Amino acid sequence: MPAAKQEPLLQVKNLHVSVEDNEILKGLDLTVNLGEVHAIMGPNGSGKSTLTNVIAGRPGYQVTKGSVLYKGRNLLDMPPDERAREGIFLAFQYPVELPGVRTREFLRTAINALREHRGEEKLPVRDFNKLLDAKAREVELSPELTKRSVNEGFSGGEKKRNEILQMTLLDPTLALLDETDSGLDIDALRVVSEGVNRARSESKAIVLVTHYQRILNYITPDYVHVLIGGRIELSGGRELALELESRGYEWIKEAVEKSDQVSV
Amino acid sequence: MARAPKVISRTSKDDISGDYKWGFVTDIESDRTPKGLSEDIVRLISAKKNEPEWLLEWRLKAYRHWSREQGQEPTWAKVRFPKIDYQDMYYYSSPVKEKKPGSLDEVDPELLEAFGKLGIPLDEQKKLAGVAVDAVFDSVSVATTYQETLEEQGIIFCAISEAVQKHPELVQKYLGSVVPYTDNFYASLNSAVFSDGTFAYIPPGVRCPVELMTYFRINSEDAGQFERTLIIADKGSYVSYVEGCTAPIRKTHQLHAAVVELIALDDAEIKYSTLQNWYPGDKEGNGGVYNFVTKRGKAQGVNSKISWTQVETGSAITWKYPSVILQGDNSVGEFYSVALVNNHQQADTGTKMIHMGRNTKSTIVAKGISAGHGENTYRGLVRMMPTADGARNFTRCDSLLIGDKCAAHTVPYLEVRNPSAHVEHEATTSKVSDDQLFYIMQRGISEEDAQHMIINGFCRGVFQELPFEFAMEASQLLKLSLEGAVG
Repeated sequence: MPAAKQEPLLQVKNLHVSVEDNEILKGLDLTVNLGEVHAIMGPNGSGKSTLTNVIAGRPGYQVTKGSVLYKGRNLLDMPPDERAREGIFLAFQYPVELPGVRTREFLRTAINALREHRGEEKLPVRDFNKLLDAKAREVELSPELTKRSVNEGFSGGEKKRNEILQMTLLDPTLALLDETDSGLDIDALRVVSEGVNRARSESKAIVLVTHYQRILNYITPDYVHVLIGGRIELSGGRELALELESRGYEWIKEAVEKSDQVSV
Repeated sequence: MARAPKVISRTSKDDISGDYKWGFVTDIESDRTPKGLSEDIVRLISAKKNEPEWLLEWRLKAYRHWSREQGQEPTWAKVRFPKIDYQDMYYYSSPVKEKKPGSLDEVDPELLEAFGKLGIPLDEQKKLAGVAVDAVFDSVSVATTYQETLEEQGIIFCAISEAVQKHPELVQKYLGSVVPYTDNFYASLNSAVFSDGTFAYIPPGVRCPVELMTYFRINSEDAGQFERTLIIADKGSYVSYVEGCTAPIRKTHQLHAAVVELIALDDAEIKYSTLQNWYPGDKEGNGGVYNFVTKRGKAQGVNSKISWTQVETGSAITWKYPSVILQGDNSVGEFYSVALVNNHQQADTGTKMIHMGRNTKSTIVAKGISAGHGENTYRGLVRMMPTADGARNFTRCDSLLIGDKCAAHTVPYLEVRNPSAHVEHEATTSKVSDDQLFYIMQRGISEEDAQHMIINGFCRGVFQELPFEFAMEASQLLKLSLEGAVG
């Protein structure tokens, strides 16, 4: 698979993050290059969502140490909307409802904000509608839903498919998927996975956060990382996910504790 | 598609000061009565208008009623303001030309320019497509566009002072028939001293082909504004009427006490929309218009319908309750409202739906947005009279809070005296949540646009009731009114 060319797309170094004085990430390192798909796995509370939220710039997280570089720039200095315009997309674990905001208009505003940032013309309404309808069909979401308020009255599966719809429409350079697979039935899981697979390309990267191995039956990652206690303790290929599936996380935790004792 | 009338568009940067973009003053000579109010002043106003005896008598009765009521301003509203000295203001101020000009060539160019700046061209060539405008400057109508088109259909749309001269029978029949001069303190005051306003009459079976619009502009200092609007939709007719309002930035408060009366006969429909953007005062709460207004419609005929839509963003204090008396069987009353308060603005606004006829139906959708130190109260009465068999009401009140120093209150009054009547009330209060803002911004949209999007979504149920062009203006108006409220 792709080797590290030039400068990495995303470089996280010794990242420490606290939420209300609780340290969640405790020295996390991660390097993502263009063309790669990374799966980040780990037990509940290990800091997986914190990582994606910090990269996307959600308020409420204090970075106390470390750095995050994106395309060589200090990402932590950028407001969340600028990060998005620079190509970072977060598929939310819990997509937010926006009463009265029509999905169609919301997405048109978003796509035009991105285009404007790139110095492109606004997309004419008709072209946008065509594009949206085509993308909606890809994720098997009824175009009727896009006329409703964003996520309002959507089922859990519809909300997740709506996230993937937005991802394919906005065409990000770095897509972060925060437990997009959780709570999905097998059909929705297939649809979501196909969307992610279509988005794979040499000019993009995907970071997939998941609790379960299941989605990795559909999406083959280049790297699998195990996040435990706020750090990536183990990295490997696709086979690591299968090992986690059969052995759980305990053996890694034990190994970590042992090595801590050794190092003390 | 009609060109959007720029009710609230920005004027050029050169002639504005502060954040309120409509705050320029037009330097124009005005003719005023002396300060203060007395029977003589009432007689003087009536004489200046060359009014018939019956109208003077009516004004005097109103004045006498008002002077007995002196100091009896309503105190039940949740608004605070220092006592108003009614003897320290002008009750009549008019651009100096006495008579309404016969053609636009005779209109003072300063006035045309003032309205042009506000985005309301009065010139026949440049006039707004699909909208007939009556331009009212300091309580006096200065020009009305589209006169000929309207006359062809028998529609009367003119200054009320003109209607008094040309159509006295209609004015005498309906003036005060919905809001009597004894109605309330401010309505009495208005009845005594009203200077001008708009009159519209739609003959039977006529569907008014354009929007009728009055653009109210306060210019002169220390002058109270007392417009009177009277709209009559005869049997089977339809009219959509829009009013827009702005005022210059003044350090002192200005009183605006208008009265609006609507009458809908059998099968007639009146749609009345307001974009109220009077000067709200500065960030510390100095200056601004006191908007103490009585608006009421009588759905008199069977199957008649009256619909109020208001977007209230201006004024230091808003006190208004556009109401409907549902008298005719099967008549319909609607009230759609967005009231926004920012900085130190106060609004106590809502509606009254008085159900008298059988199977009458009313809908109330009130959206309150509070930011800064704003105080926003929804106050609404739904009354089901014993005669109102099968009547129905649905009320929905939503409040949106921005920041932690503002307040929202909901005060519903329900009086049901008919067991077959049906009343529903829903209310919610919410904040613009950080999660919503982050979600939108994560898609590349700026914080300001994200906030605007959430607020527009909140108001959608009301905006969709506005004529299309005005919905765009309303949305823009909210955005400008909330500038700097983010965070």
